[in-house]
Amino acid sequence: MTAKIAGAVLLALLFCVPFAVQSEFWLSFWLLVLMYAFLGQSWNVLGGYGGQFSFGHALFFGIGAFGTAILQVRHGVNAYAAGAIAIALGAIVGGAVGLLVFRYRLRGAYFALVTLAFAEVARILISSFDYTGSGFGMLVPLARGVANFQFEDRRVFYVIAWVLVVIGALVAWWLENSRFGARLMAVRENEDAAQALGIDLIRTKVCAITLSGAMAATVGVFYVQNFLFVDSHLAFGPAMSIEALLVSIIGGMGTMFGPLFGAVVLHALGEAAKQITGNAPGLNLAFYGLLLILALRFLPNGITGLLSRHPARRSPESTHA
Amino acid sequence: MLEVRELSKRFGGIRAVDSASLDINEGEIVALLGPNGAGKTTLFAAIAGFVRPDAGSVRLIGSDITGLPPHVICARGLVRTFQIVQPFGALTVRENIAVGAHLHHASRRQALTRAEEVAEQVGLAPRLDQPAATLTVAGRKRLELARALATDPKLLLLDEVMAGLNPTEVSEIVPVIQAIRGSGVTILLIEHVMQAVVSLAERAYVLNNGRIIASGTTAEVASDPQVIEAYLGHGAAARVQSRLEARHAP
Repeated sequence: MTAKIAGAVLLALLFCVPFAVQSEFWLSFWLLVLMYAFLGQSWNVLGGYGGQFSFGHALFFGIGAFGTAILQVRHGVNAYAAGAIAIALGAIVGGAVGLLVFRYRLRGAYFALVTLAFAEVARILISSFDYTGSGFGMLVPLARGVANFQFEDRRVFYVIAWVLVVIGALVAWWLENSRFGARLMAVRENEDAAQALGIDLIRTKVCAITLSGAMAATVGVFYVQNFLFVDSHLAFGPAMSIEALLVSIIGGMGTMFGPLFGAVVLHALGEAAKQITGNAPGLNLAFYGLLLILALRFLPNGITGLLSRHPARRSPESTHA
Repeated sequence: MLEVRELSKRFGGIRAVDSASLDINEGEIVALLGPNGAGKTTLFAAIAGFVRPDAGSVRLIGSDITGLPPHVICARGLVRTFQIVQPFGALTVRENIAVGAHLHHASRRQALTRAEEVAEQVGLAPRLDQPAATLTVAGRKRLELARALATDPKLLLLDEVMAGLNPTEVSEIVPVIQAIRGSGVTILLIEHVMQAVVSLAERAYVLNNGRIIASGTTAEVASDPQVIEAYLGHGAAARVQSRLEARHAP
């Protein structure tokens, strides 16, 4: 409960940022934090609530980003329609990967490896064709205007990102208070028992990965509209996948505001490390690795666990009436 | 209610279940007995869809359920519990039971209310908000029972719900199971605790090396020479018989 109040307060404060902060740098910083918080939430739906640890969420992000970029650049589709189609594509690819992977009962490390492989294959394919921008990426032509989903004022994008995070929190709330969510968590906790109680494992997991794919693709669409550029390494590379899982794990898996806490802390620390080390290349990944180890060792329930009055729901003393 | 015909399952060269047949009528409590490794749990798993039988058929209330996936069989009204308890550890007792209740209740609120009713029924009401992982063995066994019950089954397959319980706990759970039957649920149970078997079940089947070697009333199977040999070894029946005769001799 404490964690939920803290999360709501943090969300309210974040809404004020564009009106309180003048610096372009800090606006961009908080914008990225929100974007990664929603990406983390997409991972959290599948990994945190469903227990299926994807190591390739970049696949869905990339589908969203390249989907909308290709539709706009190559086919002249309106930015909003392109975005909607790209999000639907993210859902479809999510469902297809899920059907393939869960039908063959891949779990745990095998699931993680297969998702990583899918993302890598997508990265290589996208880099191989002119149609998809080869290795150079896709540049969406600058044409400011509401009709093109391009806003002069960065604060509009900021508010959109904030709304996405709110939607993400509502999705998590729905999972915690619905039949689907109850079934998803049952599958996470024990597949045999879930099956015995009438839960269709494959269907439940495929639904979760479909939702997760659509959410991650939404971040890709948002990214492209904001930066008007995307390349295959950025979109499908492992760094994006790690970002998605890391903010969720550090913040607290299977919690409503975990990914938001994770994104704030991770990026605050990351920025600080950058300032100190003078932006040495590759250092951020080493830093992330270190943080992950520390988080798993000292904060198995993430930042949310730290805030919660019942830190580990697994600990024996956490009884309350 | 349940008709199992010539059901077989082999793992490699081992016939875990070897053309086993059994019948359960509505409203009965039937025990499935047999020494360790007899194939009882495999037979349960084959009936409930967790392993696909190599041969034979299972019919539930007249319709064929052989080889259907477990969640479909559960929706048809047959639910099993596990000998090795499988709680959803991070969820509370209430949330655990609600998972079962969701089979027939789409609304979260209704499922949670139903969970409370079921918890009351099996004596878990004081533990509703406790994480399942913190329950004692006896508590977890009750939780297995409660979750299964929350799916409103017609037939309940209980796999050693009393193993690991002390005599007091056993005597507490016996009336709970009787009350479940009283509410119209048919029960097939695997049990080693003979005190419980005798006080609960009218009939019993005995499985040994995958085969049904005896069936009848619990008293009949308990004195069946083949059953005694299966439990106590070759020649045991004769020794028991002579011991009994010696005791009754004037």
